[in-house]
Amino acid sequence: MNSTHGTHSPTVLITGTSSDAHTWNLVYLQLLLEEWGRRVVNLGPCAPDELVLASALEHDPGLIVVSSVNGHGFHDGLRLIRVLRSHPRLAATTIVIGGKLGVDGLRNVGQVRRLTEAGYDRVFDDGDMADFRALVSRLPARAVS
Amino acid sequence: MTPVPFGDFVARAQTRGTLVVQPRMGFSDPARMREGLLRTRAADAVTAGTLTLDSYTRVGDLAAARRAVAEGVALNGYPICTHPLRTSRAVLEGLHDSAFPVQVRHGSAQPEHIFSALLALGLDASEGGPVSYCLPYGRTRLRDAVSSWRAGCELLASHGDGAAPHLESFGGCLLGQLCPPALLVAVSVLEGLFFVRHGLRSVSLSYAQQTHPRQDHEAVAALRRLAGELLPDVDWHVVLYAYMGVYPLSRGGALTLLEAAARLAVESGAARLIVKTAAEAHRIPTVSDNVEALETAARAAATATRRPERDAGGSEVYAEARTLVHTVLGLDDDIGRALLTAFRRGLLDVPYCLHPDNPGRARSFIDRDGRLRWADTGALPLSGAAVSAARKVTSADLLAALSHVQRAYDSGGTP
Ligand code: B12
Repeated sequence: MNSTHGTHSPTVLITGTSSDAHTWNLVYLQLLLEEWGRRVVNLGPCAPDELVLASALEHDPGLIVVSSVNGHGFHDGLRLIRVLRSHPRLAATTIVIGGKLGVDGLRNVGQVRRLTEAGYDRVFDDGDMADFRALVSRLPARAVS
Repeated sequence: MTPVPFGDFVARAQTRGTLVVQPRMGFSDPARMREGLLRTRAADAVTAGTLTLDSYTRVGDLAAARRAVAEGVALNGYPICTHPLRTSRAVLEGLHDSAFPVQVRHGSAQPEHIFSALLALGLDASEGGPVSYCLPYGRTRLRDAVSSWRAGCELLASHGDGAAPHLESFGGCLLGQLCPPALLVAVSVLEGLFFVRHGLRSVSLSYAQQTHPRQDHEAVAALRRLAGELLPDVDWHVVLYAYMGVYPLSRGGALTLLEAAARLAVESGAARLIVKTAAEAHRIPTVSDNVEALETAARAAATATRRPERDAGGSEVYAEARTLVHTVLGLDDDIGRALLTAFRRGLLDVPYCLHPDNPGRARSFIDRDGRLRWADTGALPLSGAAVSAARKVTSADLLAALSHVQRAYDSGGTP
């Protein structure tokens, strides 16, 4: 696990999904968020749902970024968000997912809807970096206690 | 017809001067998987078949694989431990014979369940390794991967008499990109030795095409030379992987990069090539994408000839790889323990790898001449090899380095 320290800005928790081994996406997202002034905890690849849950409770992040590119992101992401949202302390946390979520390279409107209905605040496509930045910049700052 | 040993098939093709080409292909639907194998076999090329396994099977989450199969969900590979044995037998029926070996490709740090499943199907060729399928493939501890791979090798090696099970090291890939070639060569050689110490008599060593054709030639030459020095008395060959990093988006760029890989394979003396398709940057390739890639690669290979080996001993890659290999071998008689000690002390260190057992001090960069070099060697025994880039890498720098090859080929050039 990699983490960096900043001040007065809520932590961002970055994680891969349980079956996904890819890490360049995670390394890249970490650098980006740090450049945007965020403190990052990066759980790395193949994070089991229980680890993501435990880390979310431990770090109390202002944003959870789920990244998956191996083609199982829709299914792994759906299972994960149900686990996270079932915990009352994470009911209001901003949680987003992005990457290459299916195996066919197509944006599947039905899948996006199911992911948002299950609790993701946003589902980002492969190249949606501007939208992602806008979302991150709207995160409230928070005093470090 | 009885199946041909994987190593023999490749050796025979190489003697005839033909490159064996092979896909990375896997679908969860058995009918589609069979069609893929049939069309790989029928392609206008000398081919070996592949069953690439899905991510649930790789990480050992067989419950998730079962659920997906029950619900008809499309996976990113063939769930070999989940489909009933008779289903998988039917996939292979009449295909896997003396003219067509089939290899199982997976990506599992703990492959025992996969090896049992492939042996039950009458297959005996696979790939990976205790380092190359651990550090880049998740969070399994390295010591657990080493003990699983020991057991896995012994399981494979003890199988059948007269058979010649084959294992390929995936050490030539690691994270797919931005790893200086000497480390790729060293890990491949060390894993090949690990396989042999644990009973395998037929192995292959890998190298993935990187950013600089000349450096790639030196790397394959270094790999062949070290294999020759350290693997006498066993059957071995070199397998080249078409570029494993961020792939060109355009069809033209993707196929041109593949053709360069095919020529590099022939010119450098590799015996087998694992192809990438024009769909690589976008989605899981279809059967047709794979056939196109196999035939494109075979055509390009046919236009190339083996280049006389220049003095491999003089290259930077050979010198660094040799130092890494011998430093590790000197740590312990048991290669598994030597690998663990090496990573603990930072004598092996994969740039940008997040795994908890990777030291994470070494850094790489693409030099102005296009070669991959060390920006920081951390505790690697390569003093003086670092060309200090000595500045913090930004997200934009990282993305630029990751897409160096993609950009070059998408704009119609080469790196
Ligand atoms: C390098 C690579 C690997 C390396 C990974 C090493 C590592 N530890 O990271 C290795 C060789 C080990 C590997 C293995 C596998 N891979 Co791979 N890999 C790639 C490759 C070539 C490049 C990925 C990369 O590094 N990109 C660079 C990073 C920075 O970008 P990115 O990951 O694309 O993410 C971008 C966006 O998606 C976005 N993004 C990502 N997440 C998020 C999240 C949010 C919130 C936002 C806003 C944005 C965002 O940001 C990034 C920058 O734009 C791609 C194909 C390609 N693109 O050329 C295939 C690819 C991703 N792999 C793929 C697959 C399937 C696998 C395997 C399952 C093997 C297989 N069956 O083929 C295994 C993984 C095993 C597992 N348990 O998951 C498929 C996925 C298919 C799909 N989704 O349709 C791809 C597309 C190849 C293909 N066409 O088949 N792979």
